[in-house]
Amino acid sequence: MSGPAVLPDPASEGARRYPRHWRRPPLISDGRLRWAIYAGVLLYLVVGIGAVEVNWGRLSEGWERGLRFLGGFVEPDFISRWDDIRAGLIESLTMTLTATVVGVLISIPVGIGAARNIAPSPVYLACRALIALSRSLQEIIVAILFVAMVGFGPLAGFLTLAFATIGFLAKLLAEDIEDIDAAQVEAIRATGAGWWQVLDYGIRSQVTPRLIGLSLYRLDINFRESAVIGIVGAGGVGATLNTALDRYEYDSAAAILILIIAIVLVTEYVSGWVRARVQ
Amino acid sequence: MLRLESLTKRYLTGDLALADVSFEIPAGQVVGLIGPSGAGKSTLIRCVNRLVEPTSGRIWLGDLELTRLGRRGLRRARRRMGMIFQEYALVERLTVMENLLSGRLGYVSFWSSLIRRFPPADIENAFRLLDRVGLTEQADKRADALSGGQRQRVGIARALAQEPEILLVDEPTASLDPKTSRQIMRLLREVCAERGLAAVVNIHDVVLAREFMMRIVGLRAGAIVYDGGPDGLTPAVLTEIYGEEDWTASSDLSDTGPSARPVVPGADELVGAL
Repeated sequence: MSGPAVLPDPASEGARRYPRHWRRPPLISDGRLRWAIYAGVLLYLVVGIGAVEVNWGRLSEGWERGLRFLGGFVEPDFISRWDDIRAGLIESLTMTLTATVVGVLISIPVGIGAARNIAPSPVYLACRALIALSRSLQEIIVAILFVAMVGFGPLAGFLTLAFATIGFLAKLLAEDIEDIDAAQVEAIRATGAGWWQVLDYGIRSQVTPRLIGLSLYRLDINFRESAVIGIVGAGGVGATLNTALDRYEYDSAAAILILIIAIVLVTEYVSGWVRARVQ
Repeated sequence: MLRLESLTKRYLTGDLALADVSFEIPAGQVVGLIGPSGAGKSTLIRCVNRLVEPTSGRIWLGDLELTRLGRRGLRRARRRMGMIFQEYALVERLTVMENLLSGRLGYVSFWSSLIRRFPPADIENAFRLLDRVGLTEQADKRADALSGGQRQRVGIARALAQEPEILLVDEPTASLDPKTSRQIMRLLREVCAERGLAAVVNIHDVVLAREFMMRIVGLRAGAIVYDGGPDGLTPAVLTEIYGEEDWTASSDLSDTGPSARPVVPGADELVGAL
């Protein structure tokens, strides 16, 4: 056993010399490897840029069309196609809201099942597989599949958005559950509470604010996505936008885009306000 | 009341946390479990309510062998053991009252607990406990709005709401300042005396252990190296438990001046009477 710790004698400290120079240790300690990596990245960048073929003639032509498109924003036309725009927006909002609600309701059990700290292994694997499937397929691809299955229109859009919501929300919910304070759960278990009660008191109480925040966030993602998937036939304002672009009605297209931006800004603001409240 | 028989716990990592620990606690006895960090104190009390599964050995609560219970039986047995935690372990986003009533979860159905409809007797009792720990005004505040000392009072009230026969207390004062620590320890002793509760208290602070515990069990590397009265904690015994240190010069032993005496008159007599 060692004796009580001996503090350094302050008198002897003057005799020792300490360095006056210090640098933060680099992330990659081997200098040659570090420079080789820098050089490799630079080379890849140069070769990559060199490999891009640019058709300058086509670019100048497109530039003109792009300017006309931007010109549409100067004078957006809300009037001539208003009935189509209105119907498209209502369809998009309906799709968005129903798909978010259904998606969230399905995500909750899936997210609970995908949390390693509370789910048994087979359930965990099944839920993670579902999440992986949903996340690996981009919305447009899913929309094309659903359009092929159920035909053109908002039903395909609703199914697409609900499916995409599961991948997003269940994954983030599962991760949030995995990060909860285990002591609170342990305390509830120690009272003799059953599994569902532990879920309610120990876990739900900890993840609810984040679940609400994520659901609102997903709501505005879904609205934006609804505009995109409309282009492949899944209904909503995207279909209206596509029609306007096909007819070179850039002023109507600009009106639609402005409305989409406005709605996204409003949902963004509202969801921020709600999230601050539920914390 | 509580009997441990050759309790051994080896974690999956291979660490031996408890090695053949046996002791018995009669009803109403408040036992301090002291020892350095990693000596197995937390593991020991968690083996009792089986938040940690013992590797071998047996534990009895009264006539009930806890180590043989199935899942249902274990839940019923846990209702009889109130646990108090180091960092309070209150459910932060729930109100004080919900935290208190969570002590009744083992008695009410899932649906009543989900919609927060507890039996009137439970609610009455919860308010009585809240009054006992001096927090009546805070009933509807969220647990994370309270100070450390207040939170630990809620922690104590939650454990008592279970109407337990024994308290398992894990470092109740580790996150509290010295004055609040003493108040919490005194409160613990008082409620144990009022209800005739036995308690196992993991405690770091030798001074507090010496003052508030009836009996001390010293653990070192998972084995009992001391079991006796608080007066028997001599420098030699402390060295046995914690390793070599100059105990006589530390405030632990010299701190017997007037300032170390209980501030509340009567606390002395209470300790003496038990």
